[in-house]
Amino acid sequence: MESSLEAQVGPLRLERPTVLASGILGISVEIFGRLHGAGAGAIVSKSISVEPRDGYPGPTVVPLGGGGWINAVGLSNPGAAAFAGMIRDNRTVPIIVSLVGSAPEEFSSMVERFEGCHIAGYEINLSCPHVDDVGLEVGDDPELVSRVVRATKSAASVPVFAKVGLGRSDYLDTVSAAIDAGADGITAINTVQALAIDIEAQRPKLSNGIGGLSGIPIGTIAQRCVAQIHSQFDIPIMGCGGVSTWEDAVALVLAGASAVQLGSALGYGSPDRVFADVNDGIARYMERKGVRSVREMVGRALA
Amino acid sequence: MHETSHIVQVTSVRDETATVHTLEFDDSTMAAALPGQFAMVWVPGIGEIPMSVMVADGGRAAFTVRRHGEATTGLYNLGPGEMMGVRGPYGNSFDIRAGRLLLVGGGTGLVPLMRLISRAPPDADITLVMGARTRPEVFFADTARALLRPRPHCIVVCTDDGSYGRPGLATDAAADELSGGAFDAVYACGPEIMMYKVMRLAQDAGVFAQASVERIMKCGTGICGSCCMGRELVCGDGTVFEAGRLLANPDFGVRYRTKSGEVAYY
Ligand SMILES: Cc1cc2nc3c(=O)[nH]c(=O)nc-3n(C[C@H](O)[C@H](O)[C@H](O)COP(=O)(O)OP(=O)(O)OC[C@H]3O[C@@H](n4cnc5c(N)ncnc54)[C@H](O)[C@@H]3O)c2cc1C
Ligand SMILES: Cc1cc2nc3c(=O)[nH]c(=O)nc-3n(C[C@H](O)[C@H](O)[C@H](O)COP(=O)(O)O)c2cc1C
Ligand code: FES
Repeated sequence: MESSLEAQVGPLRLERPTVLASGILGISVEIFGRLHGAGAGAIVSKSISVEPRDGYPGPTVVPLGGGGWINAVGLSNPGAAAFAGMIRDNRTVPIIVSLVGSAPEEFSSMVERFEGCHIAGYEINLSCPHVDDVGLEVGDDPELVSRVVRATKSAASVPVFAKVGLGRSDYLDTVSAAIDAGADGITAINTVQALAIDIEAQRPKLSNGIGGLSGIPIGTIAQRCVAQIHSQFDIPIMGCGGVSTWEDAVALVLAGASAVQLGSALGYGSPDRVFADVNDGIARYMERKGVRSVREMVGRALA
Repeated sequence: MHETSHIVQVTSVRDETATVHTLEFDDSTMAAALPGQFAMVWVPGIGEIPMSVMVADGGRAAFTVRRHGEATTGLYNLGPGEMMGVRGPYGNSFDIRAGRLLLVGGGTGLVPLMRLISRAPPDADITLVMGARTRPEVFFADTARALLRPRPHCIVVCTDDGSYGRPGLATDAAADELSGGAFDAVYACGPEIMMYKVMRLAQDAGVFAQASVERIMKCGTGICGSCCMGRELVCGDGTVFEAGRLLANPDFGVRYRTKSGEVAYY
């Protein structure tokens, strides 16, 4: 029996289970096409806000060694109107538009802009750890989470995912509020709040000071969060955090993820190889284990 | 895997023009950078920007910076003994051919071309066309002379206003050179419209050509996407591209992305 790499994340069907994480190479539709052609099952855009944002001065993204990265980009993005214009002619790439804002009306107004575009879904960023008033500050307030998810859901005609991270409050309360408000799935996790200090310059390595840690060092944290969400809620999950090899991707699926996002891995591998390598590795693993679909493996490690 | 940024000390500062400084520093990783490669340079407390790696004597490396916005001004203002962070070198490099080479550069775009000269085969015959707007803005003429002295060479300095050297644009001088002789390769770095014209000229003449492209760069390592040019990531696929690939790119010579990612036109 042929095994299939198809993945089903709630209402979202993907030809392949690997997805580009938000904020990584996330503004150019030509690059989206290239990555999709090179194996990505879907592309999550950079988080888009109502107005364009330049982001913080540098350094904004710094490698830490050991496959770890710290970033505080400051959510630079071209704004919803310009981004909708850029993806208007897309017909082939499954794009998931990531949205960020602080009030429910911002989300519904942005969704209205994208409704004419060919997109596969939305991801609500409830977890950016380094910009005031948005991201984690929304995610930390379950009441606001619920209003934001409701506003997005009621305007959207495609699936809506809520992306969570580790903030001040219990992230499982955020998950619960998003599910109650009608989210079709959860993406977990965003970067983990961190600080990296340069001892020669005697100051933080990022201009913003605090940033978000991503890459290999957060892989096991992501596995833990995905497993917790999977065991406590009946909701499809896109796992994200520290995936750089097919083994990492399989581990997240076995922890409960229906699909897997890759972010920092693009920083150490070729954009033309990373997705295909992980997909091929997953396919070989499935064959060896006699598994026919990704779905069969979801959460198996904790069943 | 990418090494993390490390701190280096400026050893000396040289005035090139009223707005351009060359800062030398001791660092073996940057001294080994290939022509066309760049570093991400951190001026603590001010900013981090991409900089081409300049040649320097005795195992040292250098940056040549034009004072512009906040970060370049911060770098320009550094004095001997002061610290900066460097990471890289990143990106690919020029494919240096043998035979007769035509190099066309303007402004700080001359930096990777100086490194190219220092790495070219000893018998390569190099014609260097250098462009500037006015006489006081001309720099690297002496540096180029010193680097080219041991080999067959020709230097053409052009100023837009005719106040020094050949009057007119560097692209006009490049066109004359290309129509006057058989070159084996053309290399360009400078303002994008200039590079566009030079790539066109070389393609029309049927000569192998490459240019080193600039875009906004926040990470330098293929993560942030700020450097995209059509399907290309300038930081990782470039910064050096062949003429055919550049001229087929819908963005090259036409448009770029601002810091927010909005599209702007040249
Ligand atoms: C690969 C590469 C090598 C470079 N090498 C050199 C060099 O050797 N010497 C030198 O003086 N400069 C070089 N630059 C350009 C230099 O990085 C920019 O001038 C600098 O980032 C501007 O920062 P700022 O804070 O001073 O100005 P800002 O206030 O940020 O910007 C001033 C203007 O420059 C543009 N700009 C901003 N950032 C960049 C950027 N990263 N790249 C290109 N344009 C930008 C802005 O759109 C704006 O119009 C290089 C750029 C790249 C991409
Ligand atoms: C440079 C950079 C920018 C990011 N920008 C966003 C963003 O705009 N929105 C978002 O939801 N997540 C953003 N993230 C988080 C990633 O989508 C992802 O959740 C995180 O990096 C963990 O995955 P990884 O370990 O595979 O990188 C960003 C991460 C990085 C490294
Ligand atoms: S500078 Fe970040 S991807 Fe090129």
